[in-house]
Amino acid sequence: MTETMAAPPFPMQRQCPFHPPQEISDLRDSAAPISRMTFPSGDEGWLLTRHTDIRSVLTDSRFTVRNRRFLFAKNQQDPPPMRRGMLLSMDAPEHPAYRKLLTREFTVRRMQHLRPRIQQIVDEHLDAMAAKGGVVDLVEELALPVPSLVICELLGVPYADRDHFQSVTVDLLRLDTPPERRLAAVEEFNQYLAVLVRTKRLDPGEDLLSDLIARADAGEELIDDEVLVSFAFLLLVAGHETTANMIGLSTAVLLENPDQLDLLKNKPELADKAVEELLRYLTIIHLGLQRSALEDVEIGGHLIKAGEIVALHVSGANFDPALLEDAERLDITRQPVAHLTFGFGPHQCLGQQLARMELRVVFSTLFERFPTLELAAPLAEIPFRSDMAIYGVHKLPVRW
Amino acid sequence: MKVLIDQDRCCGAGSCVLAAPEVFDQREEDGIVALLDPTPDESQRALVDDAVSRCPAAAISVVE
Ligand code: SF4
Repeated sequence: MTETMAAPPFPMQRQCPFHPPQEISDLRDSAAPISRMTFPSGDEGWLLTRHTDIRSVLTDSRFTVRNRRFLFAKNQQDPPPMRRGMLLSMDAPEHPAYRKLLTREFTVRRMQHLRPRIQQIVDEHLDAMAAKGGVVDLVEELALPVPSLVICELLGVPYADRDHFQSVTVDLLRLDTPPERRLAAVEEFNQYLAVLVRTKRLDPGEDLLSDLIARADAGEELIDDEVLVSFAFLLLVAGHETTANMIGLSTAVLLENPDQLDLLKNKPELADKAVEELLRYLTIIHLGLQRSALEDVEIGGHLIKAGEIVALHVSGANFDPALLEDAERLDITRQPVAHLTFGFGPHQCLGQQLARMELRVVFSTLFERFPTLELAAPLAEIPFRSDMAIYGVHKLPVRW
Repeated sequence: MKVLIDQDRCCGAGSCVLAAPEVFDQREEDGIVALLDPTPDESQRALVDDAVSRCPAAAISVVE
């Protein structure tokens, strides 16, 4: 067995707002790519930082996604029993059976059909931003409303309710939300969605939720109201906040890297590759993913005991020199690599093609429309979301 | 080059379609991978290799 080292406490501070913490790169590249870690919850476990190790855990059925305690919960409390259909906390064989109910809704082709509507939504928001003028907050004008509106339309959730689901999302994603508040937010939101499901059953629309309700009512197995609420919860929360932060953070990093921005401005057809590189480089799931061992597992010469938590530092893995050369440099012309921003294995993000499509539309349009876009505050004054489970910017003041 | 897919393993993430759209598609009814071309031309090799490395479910393999 290899000698085991302890990693510094989690989460670690970043030196550059766009790079993983230096300690992570140091652990991965030299000292201890697999190290012991004490989590904020008080649990002891492991931290993995290498691309290959993380990929192997994410595809290994000896690790479970169940029984996860939030990395950021200070008061230990076992999470409430999970609702059926909550894909993020199900293992095989249930997980693939439930996931399959949704995969056809998010295929590459389906997302291509959505492109014109996404373009229209982006254009409308950019028009509104242009009309406003002066210094505007890009998060409020573009980054948050675009994916929120897209997922609301797709799912069939009234956009007018966005203040509600956005405040719930903030409670869920703030690292310092007290556990009781987190539970209450989940409960509140489940109730709202249960009412929405009942309303839609009476008055269906042309949307995913209505479609699923119809499938359930036609007797399709596994789908019932509890599952519908879980699906709606997952798709709504995961569908707007992640993409919103990718838009905000990507805009910031492009404005700070004028050489890369010029490339994109001169060749908007680079947008697809740029999006893939931005996904790799920015890794908004900055604290990583979490699994627990179901039995003793040996990885890289270390014995991970049954029941132990394994934190997978995806952001560190996306900067792994074994994955790509010159990983610390943003290069929007790079050939896409197998980055782990959407996870890996059977739980890999279901909505990833939707996210890509939204980001492509935004980044093939934004700088064409506003070629002189610039930050309206020094980088040091931009509020980065180190306090949230999803990284990004709270605000991004820009002008043109 | 012969491409094999394992539809039971596939989780419908679509990475293969992005990587090699002339070789892979997803079924309309459930988003599971479908092969458009089981014996692609050599010119597709880099794209197919990319699809293999990006497939989260190890559902694609290549035999000579
Ligand atoms: S990349 Fe793999 S898991 Fe995703 S659709 Fe293709 S074969 Fe299926």
